[in-house]
Amino acid sequence: MEAVIRSVRGLGHRIVNVVQRMGVAARFFVLTLLHSGPSFRRFQLILHEIYSAGVLSLIIILVSGLFVGMVLGLQGYETLQTYGSSDALGILVALSLVRELGPVVAALLFASRAGSAITAEIGLMRATEQIEAMEMMAVDPIARVVAPRFWGAVISMPLLAALFSAMGIFGGYLVGVVMIGVDEGSFWSQMQAAVDVKNDILNGVFKSFVFGVAVTVIALFEGYDAPPTAEGVSRATTRTVVTSSLAILGLDFILTAFMFRGV
Amino acid sequence: MSDNLIEIRDLSFAYGERMVLKGINLTARRGQVIAIMGNSGCGKTTLLRLIGGALKPTSGSVQVDGIDVGALDQDGLYKLRRRMGMLFQFGALFTDLSVYENVAFQLREHTDLPEEMIRDLVLMKLNAVGLRGAHALMPSELSGGMARRVALARSIALDPMLIMYDEPFAGLDPISLGVTGELIRRLTDSLGMTSIVVTHDVQESLKIVDYVYFVSDGVVEAQGTAADIKASVLPFVHQFVHGEADGPVPFHYPAPPYRADLGLNA
Repeated sequence: MEAVIRSVRGLGHRIVNVVQRMGVAARFFVLTLLHSGPSFRRFQLILHEIYSAGVLSLIIILVSGLFVGMVLGLQGYETLQTYGSSDALGILVALSLVRELGPVVAALLFASRAGSAITAEIGLMRATEQIEAMEMMAVDPIARVVAPRFWGAVISMPLLAALFSAMGIFGGYLVGVVMIGVDEGSFWSQMQAAVDVKNDILNGVFKSFVFGVAVTVIALFEGYDAPPTAEGVSRATTRTVVTSSLAILGLDFILTAFMFRGV
Repeated sequence: MSDNLIEIRDLSFAYGERMVLKGINLTARRGQVIAIMGNSGCGKTTLLRLIGGALKPTSGSVQVDGIDVGALDQDGLYKLRRRMGMLFQFGALFTDLSVYENVAFQLREHTDLPEEMIRDLVLMKLNAVGLRGAHALMPSELSGGMARRVALARSIALDPMLIMYDEPFAGLDPISLGVTGELIRRLTDSLGMTSIVVTHDVQESLKIVDYVYFVSDGVVEAQGTAADIKASVLPFVHQFVHGEADGPVPFHYPAPPYRADLGLNA
């Protein structure tokens, strides 16, 4: 009986901790938004973070996009030709990428590359007393360190997802048209006719924006809240990648359910 | 204007249930270099954080330039901190900024000075610590002593009235040790500041300080000028100044009897 009570109490304690931590993270998010003014007045701070989070993620995003598109081209052709519809390869590649794979895979890669880097950087800044030094210099670290990184990453994410999709479509074109010999005119014209700007492209952009906010808030909060030790920073970095990935997949289901119902 | 820049009265502070400071009284006159000494974990750094407003007192008061630090809100605290500087134990330089940008940081954040004036001020501050030639280096290219001196230049960028030093001598070679001590004294005198040095380096700090407070177990155990401290016969101060391994501060952490731990009682 004692063991049951102890385990129920332990479970309750863990749940309370998780809810409390989510509350602190939400407060942190609101503070970040409220302290964003100085970042926009000194836009070069955000530009620097767009470089760190966005430009430095380009290689992994572009290469992954190319290969995902090439695989889609191969798999799509294999399936479509069974039904004699290989001309529709362009539609399959474009819709898969723009609606789903572009935002989701780019966000997962972004969480691993840029999210982990943000957590490690801010965690180390705290461990080496840089955050405290900033506070002692009467400079608010949320405004000076957190907000520029937030906006830099949030602006970068939809752009990276768009580049991922564009690269993927090019990969599908290389495999489908150049290598296998699908008709080039059909590939592009069917894609153009079937892909809708609002329902497909803008929804995809909106998804990647939401994923960008989620990944960046998680990465910033984990770094800012990390215990100032090597182990603390390492655990926070791992938590960023795991929590962000789960958040992306969960949010993707919710957003997809609202966006594409009845289609 | 009072002669005293800092007045601490009956200051107590606890981390949760654990009392760290128990009724500290301390005064720092303008233009003085004050040392707060004591063994590791005695509450010295906590005291600095209370003066800087990073922590709020459990009871008692900390007044800096007549302002009750514990009663300030964030805006008031930030306003006061613009007139304070703090040197962290390992410098806490911003690792993504060059030496020049580190020193220029507060000037850029708190003033609208033109770039030419910022450049002149940064080079003057770096010259004061002997590192004008290192302005283009990154923090990762500096030795421990150089990083401490750059941090010192950064903390005097806005000509503060008070500088707090957290273990400025820790981990330095003998030359850097002497240079750092001499810089603290010289900058205090030439810029008309007040300095509070938290340290356990007795020999180096006694050369430069005007007054010393010895803290042990959360209370001020002894105080006086460097000469008073050297001549003190109080057991704790004597052990500390002469670096004796055993005394009022025991060599062994509290533990059960040795024989009992080794199972030799039977």
